Amino acid sequence: MATSLTRREFILVSATAAGGLVASAHFPTRARAAQQAAPAAPASLGAFVRIEPDGSVVIGARGAEIGQGVITSLPMLIAEELDADWASVRIEQLPLGIEASSEPPGLRPKFGAQGAGGSTNIPEGWNELRQAGAHVRWRLVHAAAQRWSVAPEDVRSEAGSLFGPSGQRAHYGELAAAAAKLAPPAGDLPLKPASAWRILGKPQRTVDVAAIVTGGVRYGLDVREPGMLTAVVARCPYFGGDIASVDDAKAREIPGVRQILRLPAPPADGPVLHQLAAGVAVVADDTWAALKARDALAIVWKPGPGARDSTAALEQRCLAAVKKPGTHVRNDGDVEAAQAGAHHALDATYIVPFLAHATMEPQNAYVKLEGDRALVIAPTQAPGQANKVVHELTGIPRLNIEVQLPRAGGGFGRRGETDAIAEATLIAKQANAPIKLFWTRDDDTRNDFYRPFGAHRMRATLDAEGKLTSWWHTTVGTPIAWRGRDMEKAPPWTGLVDEDGVPAGLVPNYRSEFSSAEFQLMRGWWRGPVHSFAAFASQCFMDELAHLAKRDPVEFRLAVLGEPRELPYDGHGASVLDTGRLANVLRIAAEKIGWGRSALPGRGLGIAAHLVFGGYAAHAFEVEVSGGELQIQRCVCAVDIGQPVNPLGVEAQIMGGTLDGISAALHQEITVKDGRIEQGNFDSYRLLSMREAPDVELHVVPSTLPPAGAGEMGTPTVAPALANAIFAATGKRIRRMPLAKALRG
Amino acid sequence: MPIRFTLNESAVEFAGDPVMPLLWYLRDHAGLTGTKYGCGIGACGACTVHVDGRAQRACVLPMAGIEGGRVATIEGLIASGDEAARAVRAAWSEVDVPQCGWCQVGQVMAAADLIARKDEPSDEDIASITNLCRCGTYPRIREAIRRAAKSRREGAR
Repeated sequence: MATSLTRREFILVSATAAGGLVASAHFPTRARAAQQAAPAAPASLGAFVRIEPDGSVVIGARGAEIGQGVITSLPMLIAEELDADWASVRIEQLPLGIEASSEPPGLRPKFGAQGAGGSTNIPEGWNELRQAGAHVRWRLVHAAAQRWSVAPEDVRSEAGSLFGPSGQRAHYGELAAAAAKLAPPAGDLPLKPASAWRILGKPQRTVDVAAIVTGGVRYGLDVREPGMLTAVVARCPYFGGDIASVDDAKAREIPGVRQILRLPAPPADGPVLHQLAAGVAVVADDTWAALKARDALAIVWKPGPGARDSTAALEQRCLAAVKKPGTHVRNDGDVEAAQAGAHHALDATYIVPFLAHATMEPQNAYVKLEGDRALVIAPTQAPGQANKVVHELTGIPRLNIEVQLPRAGGGFGRRGETDAIAEATLIAKQANAPIKLFWTRDDDTRNDFYRPFGAHRMRATLDAEGKLTSWWHTTVGTPIAWRGRDMEKAPPWTGLVDEDGVPAGLVPNYRSEFSSAEFQLMRGWWRGPVHSFAAFASQCFMDELAHLAKRDPVEFRLAVLGEPRELPYDGHGASVLDTGRLANVLRIAAEKIGWGRSALPGRGLGIAAHLVFGGYAAHAFEVEVSGGELQIQRCVCAVDIGQPVNPLGVEAQIMGGTLDGISAALHQEITVKDGRIEQGNFDSYRLLSMREAPDVELHVVPSTLPPAGAGEMGTPTVAPALANAIFAATGKRIRRMPLAKALRG
Repeated sequence: MPIRFTLNESAVEFAGDPVMPLLWYLRDHAGLTGTKYGCGIGACGACTVHVDGRAQRACVLPMAGIEGGRVATIEGLIASGDEAARAVRAAWSEVDVPQCGWCQVGQVMAAADLIARKDEPSDEDIASITNLCRCGTYPRIREAIRRAAKSRREGAR
């Protein structure tokens, strides 16, 4: 059993010897691995765990941390099955891990999935990372059994120590080197029952909270590396436009300015560059010099193909298109026949604006190109894509491109795009220097991948008893799958249509159809994609139908959901829709807000429930409206996310997701006039303030089902619940966001 | 004439552009990256520092404006053992306020200023803090401020 280390282990052991989990890209020799086996050195056990000689356990956090808490929750999964002592365990953020593979495409992930998107980190890590912890524990237990000449079944582990049947005791450090020599068993090991958990399911604080609040965390924008220059870019304000002329004479006179570079308009069909605006880059010694020089540039822009377009015109196009047939995404029964002779019918259209992501830390990237090697330090939700983009732009082999993952100052889907990393790479290449690219707030707001704009025409019918007989949802929107993005082969409604959402499968005649609307602006994934606007349209419309049927809105929804059962569901992070779980969160939210009581004059209660990425969420609000101004009196949220991994983190995510939902529902929209985005900074693109933010009364359904991710679940039901509460308070039905503006208008 | 001021209790001189915002001096010249950029127009407070003991937004404060002043960043405030900052920092960890964390140093600086001035901040005092948080940590910020003020009152007894 002496040297049965796998190839992967050699790499990690060597990397550890070099002083950390940051895996070196070169392949180590057997000699170095052997040296590592000496008892006084730290030992790597599998991809995620290193044990120091003093017994302290270091766990690698694989996920890109964007504020969703995975730097804490993913290592918790490992630590639980490892029987580590959580209070003393040390967490290290892993870089992107890729290694050579004999199978196409010649590369494979070392640590599994590392990106952030679709709330998948927890569901994907749930078994995989607990198994990783269990495998490390197995090796430690077997090493102890060998040392003590006892049966492995007689070795017990607890809080970083092992105990033998006759009082033997060793901490993990004493056995780590021996354990590193044992090959882990193939296949899955049995996992602990929930009743035995000491870490999972218990509230755990953010592992680096102390460093965050003392300024000790190095974010991407905090990178300061030797020889680094800072770059800012003046980007064409017209999408698809170009540079007509540049006079940079004044800019070049500013002290600290090193270079002024042109970044020409990218080809629309290019693999990566389509994401970037044409621009002029200023490369300088520091941020201020770069910003001053950028201000001093005199640039004449060539407007692009959308130079005369506006969101007002887009809205008119969408409103015309919802009256025409689209592509049937789902079509059950015969909606046309059902709607022809209906007892009650309703036809209403909802408008959802473009939204920016507005991460508090704006886009940035540090890129260093050195011969056939590259280093990227950047806040990203897509580390693998970041690596690929740098490879595509430079030709540097992917295995030679290191991508470090600093804690990111927010993500919300924005950092699933790698445009800033691509831009920094192009500048670093031209400037022949390591570059930190900085985007100002205005740059960030005006060069986003916006939540898609859409018009949702909803048509439904009821029979004489007020029972739902048909539902017809026509979506006209600006596709995310557009302009040669990697997902260009996806259908145009990808990320825009929740075709299996309620009431699909619950009503005999159901149609969801889609048409594309043209607009010259990049679109992307915004927290709770699909759901954040599909729930607005469907849950507001459900409210309208309840009123049409003269039924209580909660009772009406429960009647539509019917008996608890699982319906097939596809496409947005779930495989089934459990009507019982959805009805349950709806009932809890209703009960907690005191549904059914008579509200004070000017006040109203509103509710909404929806399936979001495998979790069930409901919001109920009590609002007061006076003089066209809205005040939230109470905010209740009920969620069923399965078994919560970290209850403190779940609470944070649902609370934050709720406030994000309020921010977007009340205040936010990106508008375009004459081909240019009208918003820039927080004075024109408003975030919710402390004063406006209600406390969130959160109720998490106890559950032993596998967990869903909580990051996006708190957002989608906020807007419809608020709009329904406004209706209850005022009798005014608002069918467009932002609600606060519509309420005043 | 160089601009002279005190930064985290050390005397410093600055001979560069007098209109450069203090934020960029701190981050790029002094290497104090705990102070963050969020908007550059004084709207979000991610860059909040203390100038002469009061919370100020470093992104709209030109270097010329701090001549003779005392500037404290999070790094300096922690190192100096400032009592309000210590209470706030502890409360922030206990309540587990941060999500992405980018705005949190600014929030801590604003809160430390508030509880240094008010033993028992009212709901209105707390609501008057205009630092923005995109992650929506406001309910926990409120709780942490109350907790910090309480621990400070109890410590003073």
